[in-house]
Amino acid sequence: MKTTTKQKIAFSILFLCTIIVVLPVLFVLGVIIKNGAKGISWQFLTTMPSDGMRQGGIYPAIVGTLYLVSLSIVFSLPVGVMAAIYLNEYAKDNLLTRLIRLAIVNLAGVSSVVYGLFGLALFVTFMKFGVSILSGALTLAIMNLPVIITASREALASVPYSFREVSLSLGLSRWQTIRHSVLPFAIPGILTGAILSLARAAGETAPILFTVAAFYLPNLPVSVFDQAMALPYHLYIISTQIPNISIQTRYATAFVLVGIVFTMNIIAVILRSRLRKKKKW
Amino acid sequence: MVENKGKSQKEKGKSQVKIEVKELNIWFGKVLALKSLNLEIQSNEILGVIGPASSGKTSFLRQLNRLNELEAGFRMEGEVLLDERDICRIKPEHLRKNIGMIFALPQVLPISIYDNVVYGVRMHDGKSKSELDAIVEDSLKASFLWDEVKDRLKEFATKLSGGQQQRLCISRTLAVRPEVILFDEPCSGLDPISTAKVEESMLRLKEQYTIVLVTNNTKQAARVADRTAFFLMGELIEIDKTHKIFTAPQDKRTEDYIQGRFG
Ligand SMILES: Nc1ncnc2c1ncn2[C@@H]1O[C@H](COP(=O)(O)OP(=O)(O)OP(=O)(O)O)[C@@H](O)[C@H]1O
Ligand SMILES: [Mg+2]
Repeated sequence: MKTTTKQKIAFSILFLCTIIVVLPVLFVLGVIIKNGAKGISWQFLTTMPSDGMRQGGIYPAIVGTLYLVSLSIVFSLPVGVMAAIYLNEYAKDNLLTRLIRLAIVNLAGVSSVVYGLFGLALFVTFMKFGVSILSGALTLAIMNLPVIITASREALASVPYSFREVSLSLGLSRWQTIRHSVLPFAIPGILTGAILSLARAAGETAPILFTVAAFYLPNLPVSVFDQAMALPYHLYIISTQIPNISIQTRYATAFVLVGIVFTMNIIAVILRSRLRKKKKW
Repeated sequence: MVENKGKSQKEKGKSQVKIEVKELNIWFGKVLALKSLNLEIQSNEILGVIGPASSGKTSFLRQLNRLNELEAGFRMEGEVLLDERDICRIKPEHLRKNIGMIFALPQVLPISIYDNVVYGVRMHDGKSKSELDAIVEDSLKASFLWDEVKDRLKEFATKLSGGQQQRLCISRTLAVRPEVILFDEPCSGLDPISTAKVEESMLRLKEQYTIVLVTNNTKQAARVADRTAFFLMGELIEIDKTHKIFTAPQDKRTEDYIQGRFG
């Protein structure tokens, strides 16, 4: 066989695999948009559900998810970034550090329902936060920590070593060096990781199932110790627990959830491409 | 202020010892990078350091500002004295303010020209905007870069040519007001004209600073160094007035190296 033919076949196979990856995504999106787009209206987004959630909107679920996601990032971003700084900039390469690294990699692969049970045991029961936004956000934060730490470490490691040397050679201390010569150049990468982890937090049901999510609440939550409704859980309920609900309502809810996750991912992608363009080293 | 410091150094006399190295051994893991090194560096001289690859030139230089300490497996014996003080007793930040360094590749940071120059000095002591402006102008003039960049200080430093970037690095080091400046093959990536400009600024700088110039270009040492040291496999083979090293070296190996009979 000629090399060009071989090459063509190889590329065709690679292309086919790509299609196999992309097709289901497109298909799912297509179904959601086709069935759900018509159900989206200002009223659907901004009113409380009524008639056993068969009518009305999904406002409290959207609000609940936004609360959860923003509170969880408030916990996980600072802790994650500081842990990453420690691991990448300070930690000596010894057995303990390697164990910590291994643990982080493994934690990233733990299934989310385990985090849910962990959150129930630690935050709800042991720390007595009850089933509340606080417990849910903390659980999501713990789930996201490995992702944020890994992304931040990669961002820090991609800052050239020479920046640190230059900074130290000018008489800056190690902390000044990290603060002024490393972190500023790592921040776009750290943010990308943070947003991607947020998107994951917004879409997960299992971690919030036992820690915060409510079936139905007539009022919006007023403090972090209140329960809240959340989009993924709401979607689960109206799809499985409530009979006679219109297909359109279900798909419209899915549409909103996917929309939020998608928007976050797109922001992350744009941020990353900006970073690539600005990167001049 | 730059000038004041220079003068006070000068007033103390011409051949005063600035740095003294005593029985210095350096290891990286199992590699012995420098073997019982003894030498003195005089105030306001340019000491050239030549030698083939892996002869310990960079290790020597990075010992003077204690950058070696960052390397895994680094170990040392012996003493390095700056103005008769053991550098291991000086806080590294303080030492490095006094002993600046220029790296082989121009290491400008991806920020503006202005911000590059004030990068170190800004952190050290609260300086006002006008003081910083003055420092930027002084430092850029001292490295002969001012005329080329004075209208574009806000531009990205990475847009400058390689030679300009290297002179910018010199300005950045000068802005911190060191007493000693270490150059590690500062022209290895530059064309002859840029090289000439960097050499010109070095010759001018020695009036106020003590300079150690590591170079893999023996001709460069011959052009600018007052004294030259020849390193081979971690050992100092010979150190003497530059013209002596180049015309009448004491050691056969020095002669071989200078005449290009070494790898
Ligand atoms: N961080 C390090 N870890 C391990 N070995 C090192 C390290 N730095 C230097 N060495 C070793 O020390 C010896 C001297 O290296 P050094 O960089 O000082 O040589 P050099 O004279 O500057 O060479 P070149 O002309 O190639 O720059 C070499 O054998 C090198 O492999
Ligand atoms: Mg070297």
